Amino acid sequence: MSQIFNRSTNAIARISIWGAVFILAGVGWAASILNRSAYNTNQGVTVMQPVPFGHEHHVSGLGLDCRYCHASVEKSANAGIPPTATCMNCHKLIWNESPMLEPVRESFRTGKPLNWRKVYDLPDFVYFDHSIHVAKGVGCVSCHGRIDRMRLTAQYPSLQMEWCIACHRNPEKFLRPKDKIFDLAWTPQDQETLGRELAKENHLRSTIALTNCSTCHR
Amino acid sequence: MKTLDGPNFWRSLEEYAETPEFSEMLGREFPRHASEWDGDEDGVSRRRFLELSGASLALAGLTACVKQPREGLVPYVKQPEDVVPGRPLFFATGFTLSGYATGILVESNTGRPTKVEGNPEHPASLGATDVFAQASILSIYDPDRSQTITKLGQIRTWPAFAEELQARVKTSRALFGDGFRVLTPTVTSPTLAAKLRELLGVLPKARWHQWEPAGRDAARAGARLAFGQPADVRYDFANADVVVSLDADPFTFGPGSLAYARAFARRRRDAATGGAAPPRYYAIESTPSASSTLADHRIPLKPSELHAAAAALLSAVSGAAVSGNAAPDARYPWVAACAKDLKAHAGRALVIPGEHAPAEVHALAHLLNEALSSFGVTVFATDPVESEPVDQLASLSALVADMKAGKVDTLLVLGGNPAFDAPSDLGFVEALQRVTFRARVGLYDDETSQYCQWHVNETHELEAWGDARAFDGTVTILQPLIEPLYGGKSALEVLAAAIGQPAAKGLDLVRAHWQKQHPDGFDAFFRKSLHDGFVAGSALPPKSLQAKGTVPAPPAVPRTGIPGDLEIVFRPDPGLFDGRFANNGWLQEVPKPLTKLTWDNAAHLSAGTAKGLGVKNEDFVRLKVGGATLDAPVWILPSQPDGVVTLHLGHGRTRAGRVGNGTGVNAYRLRAAAGLWTAAASAEKTAGRYEFATSQQHFNMEGRHLVRTATFEEYRRDPEFAHRVEEVPKISMYPGFKYDQHAWGLSVNLSSCTGCNACVVACQAENNIPTVGKDQVRRGREMHWIRIDRYYEGSPENPAAHNQPVMCMHCEQAPCELVCPVGATTHSEEGINEMTYNRCIGTRYCSNNCPYKVRRFNFLDYNKDKHLPVLTLLANPNVTVRQRGVMEKCNYCIQRVNRARMDAEKENRRVRDGEVLTACQQVCPTEALVFGDLNDKTSKVAKLKAEQLDYGMLVELNTRPRTTYLAKLTNPNKDL
Repeated sequence: MSQIFNRSTNAIARISIWGAVFILAGVGWAASILNRSAYNTNQGVTVMQPVPFGHEHHVSGLGLDCRYCHASVEKSANAGIPPTATCMNCHKLIWNESPMLEPVRESFRTGKPLNWRKVYDLPDFVYFDHSIHVAKGVGCVSCHGRIDRMRLTAQYPSLQMEWCIACHRNPEKFLRPKDKIFDLAWTPQDQETLGRELAKENHLRSTIALTNCSTCHR
Repeated sequence: MKTLDGPNFWRSLEEYAETPEFSEMLGREFPRHASEWDGDEDGVSRRRFLELSGASLALAGLTACVKQPREGLVPYVKQPEDVVPGRPLFFATGFTLSGYATGILVESNTGRPTKVEGNPEHPASLGATDVFAQASILSIYDPDRSQTITKLGQIRTWPAFAEELQARVKTSRALFGDGFRVLTPTVTSPTLAAKLRELLGVLPKARWHQWEPAGRDAARAGARLAFGQPADVRYDFANADVVVSLDADPFTFGPGSLAYARAFARRRRDAATGGAAPPRYYAIESTPSASSTLADHRIPLKPSELHAAAAALLSAVSGAAVSGNAAPDARYPWVAACAKDLKAHAGRALVIPGEHAPAEVHALAHLLNEALSSFGVTVFATDPVESEPVDQLASLSALVADMKAGKVDTLLVLGGNPAFDAPSDLGFVEALQRVTFRARVGLYDDETSQYCQWHVNETHELEAWGDARAFDGTVTILQPLIEPLYGGKSALEVLAAAIGQPAAKGLDLVRAHWQKQHPDGFDAFFRKSLHDGFVAGSALPPKSLQAKGTVPAPPAVPRTGIPGDLEIVFRPDPGLFDGRFANNGWLQEVPKPLTKLTWDNAAHLSAGTAKGLGVKNEDFVRLKVGGATLDAPVWILPSQPDGVVTLHLGHGRTRAGRVGNGTGVNAYRLRAAAGLWTAAASAEKTAGRYEFATSQQHFNMEGRHLVRTATFEEYRRDPEFAHRVEEVPKISMYPGFKYDQHAWGLSVNLSSCTGCNACVVACQAENNIPTVGKDQVRRGREMHWIRIDRYYEGSPENPAAHNQPVMCMHCEQAPCELVCPVGATTHSEEGINEMTYNRCIGTRYCSNNCPYKVRRFNFLDYNKDKHLPVLTLLANPNVTVRQRGVMEKCNYCIQRVNRARMDAEKENRRVRDGEVLTACQQVCPTEALVFGDLNDKTSKVAKLKAEQLDYGMLVELNTRPRTTYLAKLTNPNKDL
């Protein structure tokens, strides 16, 4: 009885089996690159807003405190987006005829709120709380970067879970004194020692507790 | 039934009989097709399975590839004071049922009311609510609510209606209001009553009629019989050592039930923990009530015997002559022992008549309380709470007679739904159509609106200003939580329009009324009353009234004359009440106490009566009362007296809305004016079978010591009785967990649980739990995170019933955690068994491995209704809305734990005991559920867990549950 398969089939089989491994690995690699790409994470992507608000000008230029606008950052999960009235405190008097600020004035006139677009858009199953991070000594800069140097606001980190959990596993690398939370330019001398001290002082929960699923998901 | 070494517990009649069908059903992993493909009756064939798995493989990766659209951020233009986005606000207001208010606090998340809690300072709430108040939050957002004013089906404006109404008033004025009528439900609202009287002042010959289908006519008439004047009574269970209920359901029904339940449960708990004398509760009843699950003695009686039994009791207590009862003691052997017990506790005894018992029984109860010197200790008589206490049946009958006689030309129906719930023999609908101008103010365009030319869409109670009184007379000012979603006017505003103030706003009307009562310092008074949720010192003072007079003659017992006739008992539905909540999915789906039926009502019969009629569960009987007939499906109920059929009112609506139309049968069709609560009926088997959706037989746990009970005496003799039945393994292969900070735990007191379902619905509201519908419940796919198991003990004729709420046990060694292939269910540092929805891929291994069967799986996208714009407003923003294919279960309200922990950490302190209240604990009227930190040895829950009564469910499996139970203690009379 003759062979069904030609001898050359062996070679084809070997090549295709090994080839499949490389192709699969390649696809996996491509997927992981895509997953971490700015296309997927929006890291560094500037979002167009109804008013081209510049943090650089307001924070570095004018020296406004973060909490002037984000008033509930120490009290609530939400940092708070300022009501139109807050903008108008100043813009009644300065730049009060600037065409760029027309949407703000219109909102104030008509009572229709401004519709900003979210820059930091976490999935709905993630429950982030600003106030506890601030209370425990995580500074604005850790997540928002040098927002005082951003003309238009962009997302600083990837916001992927590996990024969140890197800090939850090693919070001491990021903790800062209470009076430096809102100081975006401050850098510590010896973060490791300081962080460990602060973790103790601020009664940080164990890193296991901090990485429990229910810390962020529920 | 095989005998166990413990008491004889069973759960349904099928189980009691151990039929082969039942055993077969139990043999399946998930009873009732739960694991089958939706809509495929024959299960999944191999071919279909391969098809599906191929397709799902192909689609698996793609579902994650949708890029989520960027969300918006919408700040205020001017942020209101006190509003902090992300932190809820609570507003004190009231929830009214049949006119009576319960004080509530409503959680508002940036303007959306999302959850109702009890007002701890309000006397009718004490921090708890009933199941109806919990579910009322869903009704605000009901998309089926009527949304416009209509005339003959055409949309009209408010000014058009107001103009026409005022024109009617103007023409009526010439006749001094002759022919002008207003029909309302029971009114306790001082402002509304004042407005009605103002209208009657303008139109002196006009009349105000009242009709409440589940009303209190009997209580009013009984008080008149006994006291010779209108009066209300309220009770103090804290002082009552012996309680006899004459067909009452004091702990789960009626305006004061939350306060009564709390006081009684406290007495029992104090007796269990502190050694005080336990109270005793005799439930004499014509149909088993939820309260009777707490009873020490249950005595089933036909409704026609109630009077004779009460009279015999009175005779035995006071020696008063009882006419017409030759030898009562022979018929009621329990009377002597019960009377002896009452007499021994004279001055500390209490007899409560049921709201639906005949007036004569109410009078007898008052006489009994008088004879036992209960007045001033356990019973307090006051002036009536209602604004205008009238005999409502007479009031409605008079209206119908006048309408028939053509004497009514204008009828304003403010709320209620008389076309659906008026006595069937009055002919309300026919009479109504003889009225020239008929206007209806209502939440829904329902059965009554159908027959009225004008329909004015009413505001929901949480959208409008108003006021109402509680069972003790305490006034609550009702404030809106949200602008009316669909526009609309309150009854108050419609009345104001009738007297020439069409632009008056509810707030101004309420303020104006109270300003007259409190002219001095009004603003401070109003603000304080609003803030507190009640008007301080507005409770009615007790009055010293004497119940006197002779024993009233027994009410006529209706008979059909047919041998073997039955007595019908009508009761408001435990979910739909009188039908007003028919379109509320939460209340439709919540398993009714004792019967565990969902989405239906039934003709409840005793096993003996059913046998006599030759019917089984889910057969039909044709019930005939007078000329009316109704075919109703049968559900056999243990403890039901023989010869009595119970029907719950409120089902069988035709214009309730998409949820409520056509569920169950309409018992009102059999309810005639002469037999509002009980009537003689004949019954026969008819063709056809019905399918009920019940949670009763799901998740059966066979022959294990799940509920443990003892009498107080047995407990004192053997305090360790709850631990004699199982062997707890001491070792484990798994390393233990260490809890450095908190260790959360829950204790459930079985001596207190009435099975009222408030926790089930509170959990549903707090945790965004969907309803699934009747078909899915039949498949065992209900989603409630708490189920209240009900067990029977003893003979099937008159067993004792026990309730056992079962939610996730948060096992120290949780079987579910080990089998999850993706780590979606994990053990937290505080001992909570976490469920991470975004990780779950729906293998359901965890549920298969859970011995308690407390995990729920989203077989379908039950939340798709939540994508209706209006229902998105309802969701709790702190809890994920789960999608299809995700497992879920109780997580000890982790959102509340996290919030409390964060608040404490921000203040650099530990979480205080009582700072975290789980939703179920917060709502529980009897404080049966206590949650807290087990690491804090001074916490309430740690102390409870140190009690000898504390036991864990299925601990022999070495799961080491965090949720444990306190064994049930009863205090039976040795002479019985």
